[in-house]
Amino acid sequence: MAQLFPKWTNRIPLIVAVVVLFGGVAVVAGVWYYFSPEYTDVGYRPKQPVAFSHKLHAGELGMDCRYCHNTVETTAWAAVPPTSTCMNCHTLILPESEKLLPVRESYNTGRPIEWIRIHKVADYAYFDHGVHVRAGVGCYSCHGNIRKMEVVEQKEPLSMGWCLDCHRNPDPHLRPLDEVTNMEWEPSSDHAEFVERIKAERNIAPPEDCSGCHR
Amino acid sequence: MRHIVHILLLVALVLVGCTRHRPSEKPPIHPNPNMDDQPRYDPQAPSEFFADGKAMRQPVAGTVARGRLNADPEFYTGKNADGDFIRVAPVTIDLELLKRGQERYDIFCGPCHSRVGDGKGIMIQRGYVPPPSFYDQRLVDTTDGYLFDVITHGIRNMPGYQYQIPVPDRWAIVAYMRALQRSKNATIEDVPLERRETLRQQ
Ligand code: HEC
Ligand code: HEC
Ligand code: HEC
Ligand code: HEC
Ligand code: HEC
Ligand code: HEC
Repeated sequence: MAQLFPKWTNRIPLIVAVVVLFGGVAVVAGVWYYFSPEYTDVGYRPKQPVAFSHKLHAGELGMDCRYCHNTVETTAWAAVPPTSTCMNCHTLILPESEKLLPVRESYNTGRPIEWIRIHKVADYAYFDHGVHVRAGVGCYSCHGNIRKMEVVEQKEPLSMGWCLDCHRNPDPHLRPLDEVTNMEWEPSSDHAEFVERIKAERNIAPPEDCSGCHR
Repeated sequence: MRHIVHILLLVALVLVGCTRHRPSEKPPIHPNPNMDDQPRYDPQAPSEFFADGKAMRQPVAGTVARGRLNADPEFYTGKNADGDFIRVAPVTIDLELLKRGQERYDIFCGPCHSRVGDGKGIMIQRGYVPPPSFYDQRLVDTTDGYLFDVITHGIRNMPGYQYQIPVPDRWAIVAYMRALQRSKNATIEDVPLERRETLRQQ
């Protein structure tokens, strides 16, 4: 009777072992790298329906974030401004501009401009702007230097690990309340003292327990 | 030897795929969607259901939310029961209020009226109609209620700010504008006695 299994089949266990080993490592590494929000979400920079530029409005013109995102200190939601906020100025500034056509159209019809949402925390986690801004965490810590962005881009992963990194040690991110929208703020040399004082004063205690964010 | 080349090629291929943090216009794809997107409306979300496309609905005209009756006309409209503007703001003016007023003024009024209130803000250089200076005698003599009303409803070429600035902040801004006006027309008599000497020396 001929051999049922040719000789090379003796190597099968070895090949399987090698493939499983390296394949396993590759899969784990791949998931670790490519499934992370660092890969999937950071850098998202959609083209918006109006070529609105933060670099021009917040940078060159020096407007404060809160002129437009006026609910950011008091509510969970930072609110993208309604068309009427744009028309505060654009009734008289560049009233004929081609680029502003969708804004005028929205103003006249009452249909909102469909801005594309960029930052999004998973729906099962709870995030509140007001708490963070009132505690003295600047926009910069979570959104990067918006003042330099022609088009808004996501700079941070907004993952649980990222939230917790700061909740465990918020000190480098705390600043005086009148500096929260300043993109060029630098901690002063007595930052440690300032943080001690401010933490006691404002009773700052970021939650690390699950129910703080998964409520 | 050949295997080493293959492995190196494979490694190179994987590294080429390493594009973390690179800007992209494509919406993020979550390989494991979990319950990241639940069938619910977030604030400001679009809706197919309503004709105007908004999931956030307006309250029916005339509804009053609990605790929002705003019954005090002086505080909420700057006018007394007869409809005349009130002379003095119905708030206690202290340093905290003025600081709040300054911050809010810089955010909302600064772009046009400039931080010092002379009406030469950056928007004017970009083509907005120039507003009057706050140091005009007419505006120094006017009532606090009138200033409040201007912020609320705007005036002629100035937009109204009733949706952007809550009522207490509007009074804080009025108080701060008064402080600005006084600072411009201040004399040495307004400085506390113990500070006058240091000022004179400067
Ligand atoms: C003139 C009004 C205006 C000002 C001032 C302004 N923004 Fe915005 N912002 C907008 C509009 C409109 C959008 C939506 C369109 C877009 O994403 O570009 C937006 C979007 C954003 C987003 C992305 C929202 C999302 O979908 O995730 C962030 C973050 C943001 N702004 C932060 C800031 C910060 C920080 C400042 C202050 C430095 C600022 N903005 C100043 C009008 C403004
Ligand atoms: C405080 C006043 C102000 C507000 C509020 C404002 N803008 Fe502007 N905007 C300006 C000025 C000033 C310019 C620059 C004009 C120039 O180039 O001289 C400008 C320019 C623009 C341009 C470029 C137009 C072109 O033809 O180059 C766009 C687009 C624009 N704004 C969109 C918006 C949108 C959308 C909003 C609302 C979220 C908004 N703006 C709110 C003052 C304002
Ligand atoms: C602690 C981090 C953090 C800080 C500080 C912060 N943001 Fe955000 N921001 C976020 C997160 C997370 C989201 C996504 C929220 C969501 O999906 O519900 C977001 C979303 C936004 C949006 C889109 C609308 C919304 O509410 O989802 C705007 C606009 C915005 N931020 C503006 C600002 C401005 C302006 C400041 C500074 C005054 C600021 N943010 C400070 C983390 C932060
Ligand atoms: C840069 C620092 C920083 C980051 C990033 C950050 N937080 Fe916080 N968070 C804080 C601080 C500081 C406080 C404490 C505020 C206080 O106690 O007044 C806080 C408080 C909170 C609270 C408690 C709110 C309350 O009602 O008491 C929640 C919930 C929360 N954070 C959720 C999140 C989530 C979700 C993320 C990630 C998407 C996040 N945070 C990212 C700094 C941060
Ligand atoms: C500071 C806020 C915060 C705290 C505290 C927190 N989480 Fe989370 N968690 C998040 C956010 C934000 C996400 C969404 C992450 C994402 O989208 O990648 C998340 C995601 C998760 C997920 C889903 C992960 C996935 O990608 O499948 C689980 C499970 C989870 N959290 C469990 C926990 C447990 C257990 C605790 C307590 C030990 C906890 N969380 C505490 C903010 C928090
Ligand atoms: C978009 C530019 C702009 C902004 C922002 C703005 N104003 Fe004005 N304001 C004007 C213009 C233009 C006029 C002149 C109106 C006219 O006579 O046509 C004016 C006039 C005024 C007047 C004089 C009214 C009179 O009787 O002549 C007052 C008071 C005033 N503004 C207060 C404020 C306050 C307070 C704020 C901040 C909450 C503010 N303005 C924000 C443009 C602006």
